[in-house]
Amino acid sequence: MKVSVDMGACHGHQMCAIAAPEVFGSDELGNAKVLITGDLPPELEAKARRAESNCPERAIVIS
Amino acid sequence: MTDTRKPVENMLTDYDIFEPSFIANPYPGYSEIRESECPIAHTDRYEGSWLPTRYEDVVAIAQEYEVFTSRGILVMPPPPGQAEGAYGGVAAPPITSDPPDHHWHRRLILPVFAPQAVAKYEQSTRDLCNALIDEFIDKGTADAAADYAQHIPVRVISNMLGVPLDMEDTFTGWVRGVLENMHDVELRKRSRLAIIEYFLAQVEDRKKNPRENDLISELMNTEVDGKKVPIEYVLGVCNLMLVAGIDTTWSAIGSVMWHMAQHPEHRKQLRENDDLWPTAIEELLRVYAPVTMARIVDRDIEFQGCPMKAGDRVLMAFPAANRDPRQFENPDEVILDREHNRHVAFGSGIHRCAGSNLARLEVRVALQTWLARIPEFELVDPATVTWAGGQVHGPRSCMVKF
Repeated sequence: MKVSVDMGACHGHQMCAIAAPEVFGSDELGNAKVLITGDLPPELEAKARRAESNCPERAIVIS
Repeated sequence: MTDTRKPVENMLTDYDIFEPSFIANPYPGYSEIRESECPIAHTDRYEGSWLPTRYEDVVAIAQEYEVFTSRGILVMPPPPGQAEGAYGGVAAPPITSDPPDHHWHRRLILPVFAPQAVAKYEQSTRDLCNALIDEFIDKGTADAAADYAQHIPVRVISNMLGVPLDMEDTFTGWVRGVLENMHDVELRKRSRLAIIEYFLAQVEDRKKNPRENDLISELMNTEVDGKKVPIEYVLGVCNLMLVAGIDTTWSAIGSVMWHMAQHPEHRKQLRENDDLWPTAIEELLRVYAPVTMARIVDRDIEFQGCPMKAGDRVLMAFPAANRDPRQFENPDEVILDREHNRHVAFGSGIHRCAGSNLARLEVRVALQTWLARIPEFELVDPATVTWAGGQVHGPRSCMVKF
């Protein structure tokens, strides 16, 4: 599993970083920053899915 | 001003966001509208407005900034003549801005409120919460709203702006004048002018005596396209910090205290599980979202079957959206470890609350500090709790004993 953020949709709610702080952080403006760009370790997959389901802008893409 | 309010006969066609029982507890009213055949209600009161209550509609309106503009963001029209005169151009950017200016209005302040930037206020917030508790802990009773919640955001904001803490009560009075006593037009005008004149004097003082490390100075020295930002922007952001940063967060903290006073099982859960805090704060923000923002319709449109006209006011009731059962299971229940929580307490789209990370920090630290020192407490009398509502919903007096 890989994650990315549609930066055109992200408005910096930071709810991904709250749900999965190992996977998402904040850039200088407070918008989402993906901390793990390669394959996620399996133990973080559930948290990443939770981040996806908590994003008010539906900006998180899981592939 | 005499209250000449006529009784509400039909929530769908005649709601009154300032009706006392709606102020105290708006959720049954939101639910009645949301579950009716007409989930976007309309009223002719206060020059008319629309009230969407379903999550999907509120979010769609927040996203469509070209149709639903930020020319007016308060739930009542501005006092006549406010846009004229010496300070007519001072608004509260970026909350009052539309694109294209919105972009730079927001870009300049976002770094100040990023999570890593607001983290530096955690210890000072904890210290001030402890100082407030010191004042009443030996008494065995306190007003969790007026003795505690009310003092936290105003002190944090004053610290950020670099203005004296002894202005606290004055700031609180001005903010209440703008946001809570909206029927008193003269008070609203006077409060707004007082805010602008106060910060104009702060700017003038900094021109003579330059300072570092405060937000007013930083704003004054900010350049866009090689030019210093206009004074209206600096004053506008100061206005925003007060009007959007104080009453709102204080209301959220107060509601959380009111909730915790009645739920020993939630206090226990938080005491026993540190990992629960981030999710718990989001859940409390969902259930007790304090803020309703307005939009002005740009052009005649039909939205979900409602014939909206250019200039109409639309109230984005985020507290209603956050309790829509279509989006949240058991929406009226506080579930501290709720897994799916796409709440919009801070709005949605380009106007997402710029101060959301600071607000979260303040709510968390306020509750953590209280629970560490006063783990067990309860309401003195639920019937004596008083509330503000309309634009911002939260308790104004909430006596607890411990």
